[in-house]
Amino acid sequence: MAKSQVSMTVNGKTIEALVEPRTLLIHFLRDQQSITGPHIGCETSHCGACTVDLDGKSVKSCTVFAVQANGADIRTIEGMANADGTLHALQEGFREMHGLQCGFCTPGMITRAYRLLQENKNPSEEEIRFGISGNLCRCTGYQNIVKAIQFAAAKLNGVAFQEAAE
Amino acid sequence: MTLAPRTALGRMPVIPGSFAYHRPTSIKEAVGLLARLGDDGRALAGGHSLIPMMKLRLATPANLVDLAAIAELKGVRSEGNDIVIGAMTTQHELAGSEQLNSKIPILRETSLQIADPQVRYVGTLGGNVANGDPGNDMPAVMMCLGATYHVMGKADERRVVAREFYHGAYFTALEAGDVLTAVRIPVPPAGHGYAYEKLKRKIGDYATAAAAVVLTVSGGKVSSCSIGLTNVAETPLWAEEAAKILVGSALDAATVKRAVAAAEAITAPAADARGPAHYRTKMAGVMLSRALARAKARARG
Repeated sequence: MAKSQVSMTVNGKTIEALVEPRTLLIHFLRDQQSITGPHIGCETSHCGACTVDLDGKSVKSCTVFAVQANGADIRTIEGMANADGTLHALQEGFREMHGLQCGFCTPGMITRAYRLLQENKNPSEEEIRFGISGNLCRCTGYQNIVKAIQFAAAKLNGVAFQEAAE
Repeated sequence: MTLAPRTALGRMPVIPGSFAYHRPTSIKEAVGLLARLGDDGRALAGGHSLIPMMKLRLATPANLVDLAAIAELKGVRSEGNDIVIGAMTTQHELAGSEQLNSKIPILRETSLQIADPQVRYVGTLGGNVANGDPGNDMPAVMMCLGATYHVMGKADERRVVAREFYHGAYFTALEAGDVLTAVRIPVPPAGHGYAYEKLKRKIGDYATAAAAVVLTVSGGKVSSCSIGLTNVAETPLWAEEAAKILVGSALDAATVKRAVAAAEAITAPAADARGPAHYRTKMAGVMLSRALARAKARARG
């Protein structure tokens, strides 16, 4: 099958490439571009480990063809840290609050939480849980992931993080 | 999202078959392409039903006609007493639209029960109603609301009412080459009550059973009522008889019981991982009685 020319911005860098139309975005990023932060968990649109931010939307990159992302602006976990190498508030939150154990779901969790906080600067615990309901974690039981996102929201809002009483 | 059949190798296939990709920029161009391609072409909306099917090789279109670049398929507009929603409007956009939420709030309530956040950013209203999957949630809501679908075919545009659109699982009034371009919904009266009650095993699942209710109340009595049911037959169901029973009542227990029985009587669910058929029928009844109670509590009048 003839390949298609695609051009997209990934983490601020323009990428031009030839892809087969059937190539899924996750495979394009990982196999052709060596951007391996987005993980392949289930490949069946369930787990959210492959979540990337695409034109201001959280999408599962296993359920989008690379050709559909032609012209898109994409951010993955590799593009989350600040230019000077310091961690994004979400990355810091996941470290401080022990928001990961094995870490497999973390890139998807953080890119999803990034968009959630763009849309809702001060989400309630319930809104966070609903907002990350497309991302599965098999280790943490989510409690510390929720805290990590609350930590990041507080930091981004310039207020002190107050852990809710257990 | 379906449980995958396993191949002889014991793995689920995840790489779709080869296809040629088309990205038209007008409805006319898309319809022309689909007409020319015939059975070899499939329209691609958000892709969150079609791409999983392609990964499993349950769908192997030789050509995909992506509707994403067609500006005419996007947006929400008012036309008289109707709201017309472009087919490529995403669930996320539906849920976020204040214009829609102030006039037809059952749309937001339903959108937020579909799949998960990531899927809602991409999944479209048009794809949800046109796919013909009995598990999709919007079709029953559209039957409940008395919506009409705009369909562009080879020759011209025609309109098909939602209540006559669904013929069987994945069989609809759409013919090869047709593109569903918009959904037209008559705005329910101000002060109407509404609810979409969905029983599901987990976030992202299709309904075990679900019920949509829109009703109006006057002097404490139901003056109009419409009911849709999801995933309890090969098609979404419009429970006309059940709704008729409720009109004129104050939703007293005995009348609700009769209406629930009438709704249950038209179901014919499949037994699957969500439960045996008789359980899903009963759950349709439970969802209906909950939706009725919530709709009545929300209604003014």
